Amino acid sequence: MLIKKAADIPSSEITPRSLYLNRRKFLAGAALAGAAAAAGVDLREIASPSSVAQASTKIDGLQKSPFSTNEAITPYKDVTNYNNYYEFSTDKYEPAGLAKNFRTRPWTVTLDGAVKKKQVLDVDTIIKMAAPEERIYRHRCVEGWSIVVPWVGFSLSELIKRADPLPKAKFVEFTTLFDLQQMPGQRGRVLEWPYVEGLRMDEAMHPLALLCFGMYGEVLPNQDGAPLRMVIPWKYGFKSIKAIVRIRFTGDQPVNTWNISAPMEYGFYSNVNPNVDHPRWSQATERRLGEFRKRPTLMFNGYDQVAPLYSGMDLKKNF
Amino acid sequence: MVRWFKPVVFLAGLGPLARLGWKAYMGRLGANPIEVITHSTGDWILIFLLVTLSVTPVRKLTGQLWLIRYRRMFGLFACFYAVLHFLTYIWLDKFFDMREVWADVSKRRFITIGFTGFVLLIPLALTSTAGWIRRLGGHRWRALHRLIYVSAIAGVIHYWWLVKADISKPAQYAFVLSLLLGYRVVAWLVQKRKAASVLARRAEVAQE
Repeated sequence: MLIKKAADIPSSEITPRSLYLNRRKFLAGAALAGAAAAAGVDLREIASPSSVAQASTKIDGLQKSPFSTNEAITPYKDVTNYNNYYEFSTDKYEPAGLAKNFRTRPWTVTLDGAVKKKQVLDVDTIIKMAAPEERIYRHRCVEGWSIVVPWVGFSLSELIKRADPLPKAKFVEFTTLFDLQQMPGQRGRVLEWPYVEGLRMDEAMHPLALLCFGMYGEVLPNQDGAPLRMVIPWKYGFKSIKAIVRIRFTGDQPVNTWNISAPMEYGFYSNVNPNVDHPRWSQATERRLGEFRKRPTLMFNGYDQVAPLYSGMDLKKNF
Repeated sequence: MVRWFKPVVFLAGLGPLARLGWKAYMGRLGANPIEVITHSTGDWILIFLLVTLSVTPVRKLTGQLWLIRYRRMFGLFACFYAVLHFLTYIWLDKFFDMREVWADVSKRRFITIGFTGFVLLIPLALTSTAGWIRRLGGHRWRALHRLIYVSAIAGVIHYWWLVKADISKPAQYAFVLSLLLGYRVVAWLVQKRKAASVLARRAEVAQE
């Protein structure tokens, strides 16, 4: 007797995940549109930006990290729809939409300056240099809000070791992509483009300094700095530069973009410090997204292990 | 103007608040709702101040004299949103920690000037009734209510000083405000000149 086994669904018939997600988005959108029409509400208002954030690819083999906090993780939709990313817009709600079609491949990163061998590396080569870790960090914006994000990446030191900097390299300078076609915010003169940030070599070598290419277990969404960004959890968010295309080793302290924009307000170090106010507002407290009451801001954002990097330094002067 | 027009304008003035309330209820105020509420109420103060200040120029330039009947309502809405903006600040931002509020008001110039603009609106709202116009007399009442110029300038500077780098929005408010105040300066100069020539003619007539 022939028992016919139910045929496996041919792979050609499996709906790709992105289409599947799009279909769900479409249905949700249709339902919303109906409700909105009935209520007479502007659709653009009601279409939550979360429907814009692209579904991302999972990153496998994530290792846990002792640096992770066990604080409540900020919802994905908040971290992906509330972005200070002036290359796209000065409105925090806009990068999610504007970065939707940002091309993150092919992507290369130039390693130059005071290194043994200058090289141009493909971003996928860099990502494979070390095992990816999940690091749940507090992230404190200079504006007074904070989030907790499960970033994915590895210590920047892994890359620096392989780059083999010369002894005269005392600082690391990072540069963001400059692309007027893709980054509409760069057409305005709000800041000097391209965006530049920097770290002292010992800061850059600190294991907490994360070279990041993912979050929430997936590839980094475009509006959060894909394909490659820094995360320096003890410093204000603007130090954690996004969409890096160049890493330069240098003997002189890099001049970072916000420091050029307002030297009295944004220093090179920009360590989170509740005792040193921004000239225009207090840094003593912060609003954790999702919380009603403000909470006290911690020295070095709670990452006390970096304190020795600054021993003997006047942090009021070196703000 | 038709009779139902005034209540409609009144309801429209409540629109921004209703919209915030609706979005809050629907959970659509985004990742940082308190920031959205602060910025939105702040924007509407400036918008209503500018609308209030445009009543006189628009009346004079278009001859639509009935517009004056809406000026008080616009001004009161500016004050209404200023109260909401201030409440958001001392409640949702400072949780009534008056020591902190005072530290802010005295130390941070963008708050000092914003607070000044707010405080100046209060006597204007209180004396906005017909009774108060009578009690003060038209001349003194008008003099007092010129404080709105100071308040609007303070509001725009407050916004200008608080942004990090992108001054485009405060600059737009500043531009409109400068047109509205510029109109008054020009109108005042023209009137002064007219008065002077009238006086001169009178003097001539007297000499003859």
